[in-house]
Order: sequence, then C-alpha cells, then structure tokens
Amino acid sequence: MSRSRRIKLQVFRGVVFLIMGLFFLGPIAAMFEFSTRGNSVIAPRTLEAWTNIIKTPDLVDAIIASLELAAITSIAMLVLLLPTMVWVRLRLPALYRVVEFLCLLPLTIPAIALVVGLFPISRWMRINLSDSILMLSFFYLVLVLPYSYRALDAGLAALDIRTLSEAARSLGAGWGTVMTRVIVPNMSSAILNASLLAVAVVLGEYTFANLLTYENLQVAIAYVGLVSAGTSIAVAVASLLFAFVLLMVLSFVARPRQRGARAEKTLAPVQLVPPAAGTR
Amino acid sequence: MALTNEAQRAGVEVRLEDLRRSYAGVTALDGLSLTLAPGELVALLGPSGCGKTTAMRLVAGLEEANGGRVLFGGEDVTGLPANKRNVGMVFQAYSLFPHMEAWQNVAFGLQIRHVASAERKQRAIDMLELVGLGKYANRYPSQLSGGQQQRVALARALAIRPQVLLLDEPLSALDAKVRSRLRDEIRRVQLEVRITTLFVTHDQEEALAIADRVGVMQSGKLEQLGPPTEIYSRPATPFVAEFVGLTNRLAGTVRGGRVEVRGVQLPLVQPDVEDGPAIALVRPEAVSLTSNGGADEGPLVGTVLTVAFLGAVSRVTVDLGDTTVLAQMPTSSASQHPAGTKVRLELRSDPVLIQREEPAPAGS
Repeated sequence: MSRSRRIKLQVFRGVVFLIMGLFFLGPIAAMFEFSTRGNSVIAPRTLEAWTNIIKTPDLVDAIIASLELAAITSIAMLVLLLPTMVWVRLRLPALYRVVEFLCLLPLTIPAIALVVGLFPISRWMRINLSDSILMLSFFYLVLVLPYSYRALDAGLAALDIRTLSEAARSLGAGWGTVMTRVIVPNMSSAILNASLLAVAVVLGEYTFANLLTYENLQVAIAYVGLVSAGTSIAVAVASLLFAFVLLMVLSFVARPRQRGARAEKTLAPVQLVPPAAGTR
Repeated sequence: MALTNEAQRAGVEVRLEDLRRSYAGVTALDGLSLTLAPGELVALLGPSGCGKTTAMRLVAGLEEANGGRVLFGGEDVTGLPANKRNVGMVFQAYSLFPHMEAWQNVAFGLQIRHVASAERKQRAIDMLELVGLGKYANRYPSQLSGGQQQRVALARALAIRPQVLLLDEPLSALDAKVRSRLRDEIRRVQLEVRITTLFVTHDQEEALAIADRVGVMQSGKLEQLGPPTEIYSRPATPFVAEFVGLTNRLAGTVRGGRVEVRGVQLPLVQPDVEDGPAIALVRPEAVSLTSNGGADEGPLVGTVLTVAFLGAVSRVTVDLGDTTVLAQMPTSSASQHPAGTKVRLELRSDPVLIQREEPAPAGS
C-alpha cells in the first residue's frame, strides 16, 4: 500500500471514529448537562440529581438487584449454554440447527408475548419457590439466549474443538478438565462478549420486570422520573457509563494473543529453523 | 540424542481382534485383526474411507467398536474411555492448545497425572529436547511452524509415557520437504523410545519408508500385512499391487503356471491359477528399453511418448499402439531415448500378479 493511500485511510478512519464518537457521546453529554441543571433557568449547575441516587433507597436497591440479576444471568447462561453448545458440536452435530433455532427464537417473539407466556410460571415460582426479584434471572436467561448464543457460537467456530478435546482426552483429561482447561481458556474473548451482552440486556430490561411487578433498575428509573427527571436521567447516564467502563475493562482483560506477544519479547533470538531438523 | 532413563522403555504388544465399526449402516471397519509386536511400528495404508483412521480411533478409545476387542499387553481395554487408555496420539490437524506455551502443552498430560511441578517441567523440556525443540519451550503454538507444532505434539504424546503411540496422518498438512524430514525424525524418536506405534497414512512412500510392517486396507479390511519390501515386491492382491507403487496392466494369457505377455513368459506370484486370458500387473522398474535394432514392428516395439525427469530416475511412457507402458530407469539410461524415438521393451522376469477382470479404482 502506498504512503498516500495509507494516510488517506488513516484520515478516513479518524473521521469515522469522530462521527461515531459524537453519535454516541452527544446524547450522553446532553443527558449529563440536563442532570446537572438547577431548578430554574438562572440557577447554577448542581450535582443534586447525582447525589440523590445514593439518597434514594429504592433506587439503590434496584441498582443492586439489577447488578445481581446481571451477574446471575451471565453465570447461568454460561453454565447452561457453553457445555450444551460444545456437546452438540462434538457429539450431536445433527442437533446444531435445532439448538440454534431454539436459542434465536426469543429474538423473534415480542417481549410482551414472552411475558404473557411466562406469567403462569412466574406465578407458580412466586408461590412455591421465592418472591425475590432474583427469580427474574430465569426469564432473563431466555431473553439473553440469542445474543449470547451468537457470541459463543462465533468463538467455538474459531476453534477446532473436536481435535483439541480429543487431544486432551488422549492425554488423560476428563470432560470437566477439557472444558475448564482447554476450551474455556481458548474462547475467553467469546465468553466475555457473551457475558457483556447478557449484562447489557439485563441492565436495560424494563418490560419483564414491570409487567411481572418487580422493581429493577429501569423500572426504578421510570418511577424516579415521575418525581425527579434529573435524578432519573443521572441514573440512566450512570448505567450507560457503567456499561461503557465494563466494556473497556473486559476489552483489556488478558487475551492469548497478547500473552503470546509478551512471551515473544522475553525470548532470546533463536533460529526459526534449527540446523539439525528444522521445519517451516 | 540420548534419552533420559525414565524415557527409555519397551513397548507393549497391541492386539486388535475382529474389530468392527459401522456408521448408519455403512461398514467402516469389517473385522480387522492385527497384532503389533512390542516396539514395532506398523503403518496402516489405504485410500480415503478404507477404515484406517477408524481403526486408530478405536485403539485410542475415541470411538466405540460395534464388535471385537483391543488389547494392550494382553489387557482388554475395549471398554475403557480415551482418557484411561494411556495412549499418546498425534493428530492430522494441529492440536496444540493455543493458550499454552510449548512446554506447557507437553506438560499437560503430566499435570493431569499429578506429577510434581518441577519434575513436570523437567520432563517436558527433556521431551522437547528429544524432538529437537528445546529452545522453543517458551513459544506459543502460533509462534511455531507447522512442522515444529507436530514435533511438539509428538513430544506431548510421548511425555505421558504411553503404552502405545498413535500417529494419525501427522505429516499430511506439511509440505513435501518438511514431511520427509519429520518422517525420519519420527522414526528416529520411535526407535529411541522403542514404543509400539500405529501410524496411519494414505501416502505409500511414507508408509514404506517408516514402518517395520505395512498393512494395506481396503473397504474396512486388511488386504495384506507385511514388511515394506514384501508389500511392494510381492503384493498379495491386485488392489495392493495397484495401490502401492505404479503398475502396468498388460493383457496376457495364463498357461501352465506362467503368464505370457506380448510374447514374453513371466512367472506368477501365485502359480496355481487356472489357464486363460488375464491382465498381468507389471512394475515400471521391471520394464527396460533398448534400441529397436531397426525393427519397426513387433509386440514390444513402440514409440517413446514422454520422459518424466524425477531426479536420479526417470519415467518413460512408451506407446505400443494398442496400449501404453510405463518404464522406470536411471535418468542416464532414459536420456538415450528421447520422445519420438523407436524403442524395444524388455520385461524382467519378476513374479507378477494377474487379474481376471477390471477392478474398482484404487481410490485416492
């Protein structure tokens, strides 16, 4: 690639990055501006709406509940979905399309229809198991399936899991070891992506919680918004920033390629092809 | 390279008894029986779909047999899962764990066996030294070439001190030069470790070069098992003759335990066959060329069509009018007969196989 073409490409990338950044950050900045307005047009800027977040017990409870739901849903999704997908790929390839269809199905059904369908189960669970908001995680598990499935499927497709698992088995590893020591470490990016999507879906979920009369973060924001628009907007900005920070953290979590690059730096320079039995 | 004491060991006898396996009604393995002597390297050779990989996977425990038994050192392991069989296996596809360095890959099986950390690392390094990759211990698979990855895979398979080593076309993903070099490397290591080894390949040159004995398979059955020289020079069946090495198919007539091909009497590998027309299978190296001596006609007089230079030897295609014949000879001899010249063929009186009817193609 010529130098001028490379510079043009870099400029193009920069412009796209800037536009996309403005597209995402503009509304958030406007929300932040709104959340720091005083009570009148001439009133000075204030962080009262932000401090109200921790002063409102119901809001704090809802935030904690939503975070717990996000964590439980992510873990349950991984425990349920990952071994199933691996097993289907290794032992039941004929069921691959069926499992894919089932996992993607919630995407095509409106949330309201899902809630209506799941309502009798919710009622039974409330009576016989628990009335805790954390029971929502069962339903959220269904909700996050399409997104998490796609992320995990992409990760599995990038790995030759049949050969890797057979190699591990021939070395004496049981299925548990194969999963935890061979497959999971090699698809950490896909697992992180699937988890992040699950967290994002759960933190932004409103319909299920509202119709099933639970108060999660989004329901709480709606309620707070009736009393204090500034506080509800502050919470919305905070949850967006939380998701953003989470995404950044997950992006920088160690990845195999980075480990490989570090290892390469620590190695003394050696011949790529040893004189005695070199190969290429 | 000297081996550490603990790495030195003798192999066990491996016996496959009437192994059967079918997939959805299609028979992949049809009563395979085979015994590998301790420390022996047997290559299973055959076209795609002949059942050789299925046989290996049954030995490894990666698949369950529909019938028959697998015995290691007299012990029946047929019902044991793969992780309990103590076999080392090198796969056709690169199978190193991408997130582990080379030495960690080699030490993986030792960790499963709860070998102490220090000993584990030492043994891993020893094994990498054995395959000539001691310097590469801290490299990730993505930083190794294909040949190096397969050598690490070999070290990993040997590190657990398996009873049996299984090599499932480990060289097929490599280019020709690396393949040849690594083939010799595998043989050297196998002889050094003296481990009983089953080697699966569809490459006849590879099988003949590396194995103590070669088993040629077709349609889930063993067609012939024997030393490479026997497989090549005295094939038991027309399939073996055609699959292993090149073969000329020349029409002839069997009479009195010999076959007459274009006026030349040739002995038969199996003389007790009925008289009558037959196809004689003649190796190209049993055919030589001489000047036609002025004669333009005769059953063995023809015109050189092409001369393929293969290095020390050349392969000459001669048109006899009703058929073409391949002759293989030293390049210095072949150069005396350029394309277009008239030549006379001479057939060496090696024992030949005959065929009564057209066989199915030998496959890929």
